[in-house]
Amino acid sequence: MSDPVHNQNAVTPNTIRHTRERVEASLKRRYSSEKRFRVYGLLAVLLGLSFLAFFFLSIIHNGYTAFQQSFIYLEIEFAEQELDPDGSRDLDTLSRADYGAIVRNSLRALFPEVTKRRDRRALNKILSTGASFQLRDMVMSDPELIGTTVSIWLPADDEVDMLIKGNVDRSIEERSRRLKDNQIAWVDVLVEQGRVEKRFNTTFFTSGDSREPELAGIWSATVGSFFMLLVTLVLAFPIGVAAAVYLEEFASQSKWVDLIEVNINNLAAVPSIVFGLLGLAVFINFFGLPRSAPLVGGLVLSLMTLPVIIIAGRAAIKSVPPSIREAALGLGASQVQMVFHHVLPLAMPGMLTGAIIGMARALGESAPLLMIGMVAFIVDVPSGPMDPSTALPVQVYLWADSPERAFVEKTSAAILVLLAFLLIMNAGAILLRKRFERRW
Amino acid sequence: MQITTVVLIALALSAIAFQMGKYRSVATVGGRDRMRHLHSLPGYYGYYAAIWCGAPALLLLGVWAIFAEPIIISAVTDSLSDEVRALPDAQLSLVLNDIKNLATGNIVGRAVDPVMQTAADLYNALQARYRWILGASILVAGLAGLIVAWVRINPALRARNRVETVIKFLLIGSSTIAIFTTVGILLSVLFEAIRFFQLVPVSEFLFGTTWSPQTAIRADQVGSSGAFGAVPLFAGTLLISFIAMVVAVPVGLMTAIYLSEYASPRTRAWVKPVLEVLAGIPTVVYGYFAALTVAPILRGFGGSIGLDVASESALGAGLVMGIMIIPFVSSLSDDVINAVPQAMRDGSYGLGATQSETVKRVVLPAALPGIVGGVLLAASRAIGETMIVVMAAGLAANLTANPFEAVTTVTVQMVTLLVGDQEFDSAKTLAAFALGLMLFVVTLILNVVALKVVRKYREQYE
Repeated sequence: MSDPVHNQNAVTPNTIRHTRERVEASLKRRYSSEKRFRVYGLLAVLLGLSFLAFFFLSIIHNGYTAFQQSFIYLEIEFAEQELDPDGSRDLDTLSRADYGAIVRNSLRALFPEVTKRRDRRALNKILSTGASFQLRDMVMSDPELIGTTVSIWLPADDEVDMLIKGNVDRSIEERSRRLKDNQIAWVDVLVEQGRVEKRFNTTFFTSGDSREPELAGIWSATVGSFFMLLVTLVLAFPIGVAAAVYLEEFASQSKWVDLIEVNINNLAAVPSIVFGLLGLAVFINFFGLPRSAPLVGGLVLSLMTLPVIIIAGRAAIKSVPPSIREAALGLGASQVQMVFHHVLPLAMPGMLTGAIIGMARALGESAPLLMIGMVAFIVDVPSGPMDPSTALPVQVYLWADSPERAFVEKTSAAILVLLAFLLIMNAGAILLRKRFERRW
Repeated sequence: MQITTVVLIALALSAIAFQMGKYRSVATVGGRDRMRHLHSLPGYYGYYAAIWCGAPALLLLGVWAIFAEPIIISAVTDSLSDEVRALPDAQLSLVLNDIKNLATGNIVGRAVDPVMQTAADLYNALQARYRWILGASILVAGLAGLIVAWVRINPALRARNRVETVIKFLLIGSSTIAIFTTVGILLSVLFEAIRFFQLVPVSEFLFGTTWSPQTAIRADQVGSSGAFGAVPLFAGTLLISFIAMVVAVPVGLMTAIYLSEYASPRTRAWVKPVLEVLAGIPTVVYGYFAALTVAPILRGFGGSIGLDVASESALGAGLVMGIMIIPFVSSLSDDVINAVPQAMRDGSYGLGATQSETVKRVVLPAALPGIVGGVLLAASRAIGETMIVVMAAGLAANLTANPFEAVTTVTVQMVTLLVGDQEFDSAKTLAAFALGLMLFVVTLILNVVALKVVRKYREQYE
């Protein structure tokens, strides 16, 4: 122990040099391990970012074509003997006339060489079935059109639309294609004649669901989602704020209050489909509310959003400093007055931010809505929260199941619209937070 | 009168009562210049009168909402002939549905005969009569309440205290809605699950390995072999959740570590919100992306190296689900890692450790309880996820550990059973509630365990 040369633990110039050599020998390994670790971290971040980029690129690539629809330019003769043989201009007769016939006549005029029945049917399929409805609406609003010949752009069938957008593989043999060779040839002739054009697809934004892709739109789903979010906001925000106020300001420490808090934290983590089961069993079966109504969807979603709003509200109320409370009490306010006149207005921006984020989450939910029946095929635009309707994410789900090629681009476009709404809501919440939140 | 008219009348009455209460309070002290003799501001006396007027109206509205429809239905049923009343429940409810549809002007399922028409007319008459009764009783009750409040208002009445007590009751009521929701979930799921377990024994459900939920609608129907063994479902759920966690936990954790330890504040300021976008994408969009883009890529890739990857493989759904959970794990870990005090890190640097050694040996062990809690919460999220698996995973129950095969999960079966076509009390539909009960219990246990782990092992730094 007293021999410095042979004692391992003594601090001598020898042992110092020995330790330093050991440390320097391991440094290289340790530095490379550090570099590797840092690279792993960077890779993880890049993985997340690159997935996001890949995801957005893929959806945009699949969906941007849906914002355009192919139209075909035809001369339509509103022949009186087809539409209104006795010349009465009676609206009932006009509404029941065969508008498909005048469309077919126009097509036959363009391709007089088509004579066989099967070929004629194939020719008629080039136009959308909605074309005849469009002509009917024109005549019903202006019966003076009968007897005239009008040149208009009519929507093409979804398969022709896909062909124009380049999504049909012409090299596959005819049997495996939806569009036959003669149909492709006719469309090529029409393109050469300049009768085919792609225009902005307003139908996508203004009409409801449809079995025909070229006539399908997201408007009824959007209105349904809007009514549902309205019901959710009206129910969840006041109740959530009231519960947050009670739990933060008035509740004393007791087992009852602990139970409420534990409940709220648990509800925030329950899978959304279980809320759908609750809605099905209680709201639809027990209370007998109408199925597929935005009211029931709003009720279920408000139960889901309530814990989020309560937790955000509590955080906002907690951030108001006690000095404000004590000042109000010191000036003679009662506790209720102090809370409602001072604490709540100061905590309101945080609560609104939490509410908007909760609404954004509710907008994107579809699992509970499937359980309560908002998955039906609804064509009409709902006029109130009690009419059957669907919601935007459920519309995406329904269209994803459809086999037509054109629905792929429609689904992707609907996803883009949904993501745009969510982006606006979240950006609004962040702006609100930045502008109005006070740091004490 | 319509129900909205009744509600509007009740609201208008309360507003009138408010004004009258205010006026009365000022009148009892002899004018606005003597207002200081009142105990509370006149507004509180107004609210006092409005509560006295409006609360009975609300009560009557509630009673009407609950009891009116059953009473009317039983009256209409009594008016029908004996043979119709002797029909089994399902048929009788169909007849009543048709009568209701006829009364409200909807499309009716069968041909309309005079008996049904009289029943529908009776239904409408009774509805109108009860609405009139409701409206009249609300008026009477409101007036009575207003008179009571009018008499009671005097300068010494502590109106503010009374009103504030009512407000506090409302606040308490709002908080208990959370409890009612949990109780509602438990009861509704439990009730139906018990009915299911009366048809299918619990042991077969929990331990059976064949899931083929067919029940016959008629007695002689083919395909009525109902096997309700849920083990393949549990296996499928666990397989897909495991794949998701294998993706999410390393990536999420390393992201959190990189962003909090290595990244500059500017990088962190924009990368964090961008990664939060991943959390904001709706799950149905993830499911669509998984089915449309990821699954074909996996299938093609597997085919090119000789593997047979199903188009609805567990790998595809698990990968996308993992990516969805990454921001969840990342933000929870980030919070805990930032909570570790800088002093511990400084001590480690002072002893000569590199940054990665500090993280691995000091920060992570200190933050471990929070990270474990976060991982458990993420696992609970993965188990309960529905839309991704509905769109990207299969429908046939398959007891396997091979991620390239198609499996189905508990949530997928819940959706397909309830969106299907069977009547509500067949074993097939009730199985969905039993599955829901299992899901709720498992996620609840995971959440409670996560909370307890965090609370018990969390180090309290200064």
